Amino acid sequence: MNSEQSVNEQTPEVIQTSIVRDEALLDPLEHAAFGYFLEAVNPVNGLIADTSRENSPASIGVVGFALSAYPIAVERGWMARADAVDRTLTTLRFFCASEQSESPEATGYKGFYYHFLDMHSGARVWRSELSMIDTALLVAGMLTAGRYFTAKTPEENELRALVETLYLRIDWRWSQGGAKTIRMGWKPESGFLNYGWDGYSEAILLYVLALGSPSHPIAGGCECFEAWTATYQWENLYGYDFLYAGPLFIHQFSHAWIDFRGIRDRFMREKRCDYFENSRRATEVQREYARRNPHGFVGYDENCWGLTACDGPSNQLPELANERHRLFGYAARGVPYGPDDGTLGGWAALASLPFAPASALCAARTMLDRYPEMLSAQRYTSSINPTLAAADGRAWVSAGHFGLDQGIVVMMIENHRTQLIWRLMRDCPYVGTGLRRAGFRGGWMDRLRLSRNQL
Amino acid sequence: MIKQYKEQSSTAPQDAFEYERLENVHPAGWRNPRPADRYSLVVVGAGTAGLVAAHAAAALGAKVALIERHLLGGDCLNVGCVPSKAIIRTARLYADMRDAKQYGARVPGDIRVDFPAVMQRMRGIRARISRADSVRRLSEAGVDVFFGQACFAGTDALTVDGAKLRFNKALIATGARPNTPSIPGLIEAGYLTNENVFDQTELPRRLLVVGGGPLGCELAQAFCRFGAKTIIVQSWPLFLPREERDAAQLLSDAFARDGIEVRLNTRAVNVRVENGEKLVDLISDDFKSTVAVDAILTGTGRLPNVEDLNLEAAGVEFDLEEGIRVNDFLQTSNRRIYAAGDVCLQHKFTHTADASARIVVRNALFLGRQRMSALTIPWCTYTDPAIAHVGLYVREARERDIPVKTFTIPMHDVDRAIADDEETGFVKIHVKEGTDRILGATIVARHAGEMINEITLAMVAGIGLRTLARVIHAYPTQAEAIKKAADAYNRTRLTPTIQWLLRRWLTWWSPYRQASAGEMSATDKSETEPHA
Repeated sequence: MNSEQSVNEQTPEVIQTSIVRDEALLDPLEHAAFGYFLEAVNPVNGLIADTSRENSPASIGVVGFALSAYPIAVERGWMARADAVDRTLTTLRFFCASEQSESPEATGYKGFYYHFLDMHSGARVWRSELSMIDTALLVAGMLTAGRYFTAKTPEENELRALVETLYLRIDWRWSQGGAKTIRMGWKPESGFLNYGWDGYSEAILLYVLALGSPSHPIAGGCECFEAWTATYQWENLYGYDFLYAGPLFIHQFSHAWIDFRGIRDRFMREKRCDYFENSRRATEVQREYARRNPHGFVGYDENCWGLTACDGPSNQLPELANERHRLFGYAARGVPYGPDDGTLGGWAALASLPFAPASALCAARTMLDRYPEMLSAQRYTSSINPTLAAADGRAWVSAGHFGLDQGIVVMMIENHRTQLIWRLMRDCPYVGTGLRRAGFRGGWMDRLRLSRNQL
Repeated sequence: MIKQYKEQSSTAPQDAFEYERLENVHPAGWRNPRPADRYSLVVVGAGTAGLVAAHAAAALGAKVALIERHLLGGDCLNVGCVPSKAIIRTARLYADMRDAKQYGARVPGDIRVDFPAVMQRMRGIRARISRADSVRRLSEAGVDVFFGQACFAGTDALTVDGAKLRFNKALIATGARPNTPSIPGLIEAGYLTNENVFDQTELPRRLLVVGGGPLGCELAQAFCRFGAKTIIVQSWPLFLPREERDAAQLLSDAFARDGIEVRLNTRAVNVRVENGEKLVDLISDDFKSTVAVDAILTGTGRLPNVEDLNLEAAGVEFDLEEGIRVNDFLQTSNRRIYAAGDVCLQHKFTHTADASARIVVRNALFLGRQRMSALTIPWCTYTDPAIAHVGLYVREARERDIPVKTFTIPMHDVDRAIADDEETGFVKIHVKEGTDRILGATIVARHAGEMINEITLAMVAGIGLRTLARVIHAYPTQAEAIKKAADAYNRTRLTPTIQWLLRRWLTWWSPYRQASAGEMSATDKSETEPHA
């Protein structure tokens, strides 16, 4: 019997008490995470800083999370609807008016955007790549806003029109670069990056949005999606059958927007599973790895885990230069093959909440109890490393906050509590079309089609 | 690309070991024998494929001639597997000495690499192993050995050193040579390949390895462990692009631990020499940089040795990059002539050359119909950890629409690996979904090359995971990981229906057993007590 099953066998009184207790934990964490977007925004253009660190540029992926979080804040009473509409409109107007060209200083090209932008001018910085996946996160946020702000007011009418314009102008077909699958990025100096998407990843959202476009869908339709899924690996690891990917965020990011419960593509039909259940198993695999703790890092156990893409200590930091074991800095940590340097993203454990609520809550409580320093301003830092504890016993803590971490925390807590984002995106026609073209069916997709037919 | 074969004379110290090796593989003053009127089999090239075929055919009573233009034993003995494995062993020892603390031992106080001693040991091992490939052994086996360049003079004859040899059947086993990348300035600056790297007497202080193939990886790690500051550049964006991603990731991490800098998606575009050091310009997308090194090792694939043989006269079709064209029976476009080994095969391994040579002997001399495609071929990259593979990769299986499931055992779940502090790696066995039929496997472990043989045996014998689960493995061994994977398969057979049936059985069986035991204890208590 697993821990999720045991929850179902509790009495109604115990469950009610437990819900109250969980809400008392989750509400402040969700609210504090949302607060990042208010602090890190440039109100003039709506861009959000990648991190709270000094001189951080904007990250378009973080902007996508912010746009998804504003409706949540309205629902929770943290923000007036007019304020949310205003912030969203500012952001959309900026992207609509921004330079789209082959210029190395533009904001985007072919409807896509550079990964990192100057917070003030919105121009490309750090010679970053035109990022397909981060554009997908951004446009998913835009579509979420478009589904939520449906009032017939001039502002919300404009908002929805801008969302349509921005989504429909993305040339997804171009992003294939003539290949079967979508390329990872493009640079004006050297063209498409050599890297494609290989193996299961968060790119499922990217493919759904790219397939759903009525204006420039990717060439090859379902074949393109299946060319990507051909690189999947279905593994039995620690007693769990699952679609393998090491870092936890891969099993979470697409689920922030899309409700994968009960809907299956060809691969998942073959495996009699779905991506939601798969993420639950991936969560259990994380727990099993942490319980084994093969490298003997401090703190790891079945209630203290969260190996994911996150900041972390680095041997290049002067104070850690003499550290014997290798430290990876910002890296996509994963299980069971690493990289693993004893660094855990507390937020990543909590972001598994929709899939494995009992395990995620237990981990969140345990980790916060042991390492309260992982929160600053009630908000998750990017990571902790208890193995590198200071003289006072406090774990090494990543400085500041990272926008992606805050975004996934807000959305996954909300999806667990009210399923707000999932409900909004289930009604998004582009997502529905994208899922259908990728071969998904069953579950809420069938019910939705049935109810539409009855109308 | 440089396509002309270049005979390279060795610059290794001419010590007693080298003298012994050369006496074995190309004795000074050797005089070719007078050719027989007609040979059952003429073998061109005395590398692994040629030697195996010559010995096997002669043992079966055929009249055999073997022609070699350089050294018996070919790449494997002289400039490949044998010398590389010898130096890898010493490199591993140095790594273990530096890591002694993790094994609960003191780190020796003065670890200084004696590179000449490393190479001398290698030469000693190479000389010893060369005895098995010696011209004397061949002659004793009844093989006529000719040194010189073979040149076909028709469909059933060739010349060597002025003599004409007629044959009923011929085997071309001339092997392959390093494919030097066309980088401007590389030739002028000088570079190493597998053909001359084992002649080195001094360790380069800084080494650039161009190409991340198996040889490049093995030697990069060995030289790094000897103390050379080592950089690998490869144009592919993924490290070891053909291997499983996790295998490549683990090796990449191991390289980083050793201190090797791996630059992916990077091309070397120019080489120049300034103040005695080699300056190599690198480009990765839009990022340009220059590294200064003392030596450059290239490992960017191999080209078949098809030139100078006058294959056109024999009616043998070939391609300068793909090699000699053969059918599944290893027969060339001339039905009398076969090919084996690196000159015609995609998988350029010693054991593949060996297996293909045996097929040729059967097919050419005994009307056999053995197919090359029927072979199950494992391979291993002998890095630390090593990466071994056999059969299909998951991607290949899925491309063929075969539903595949992988049973994965991380080495950190294997007691012996924990005891040995060799936990980096895994055993992944791919089976056809819903069956126990093994499609392939990848093993990453310090001794992966030894472990893969069990999987290969199972595949060749048609043994599935159910049977492997019944094979008792000595405890504790690292190969127990394979048994654990088989046990994991068995556990997946416990479907909810079977579990329900088992529970029903035990519910029924237990009271019955208790009742029976009660009766027994009443009638024969004295007999059962000692066992209680």
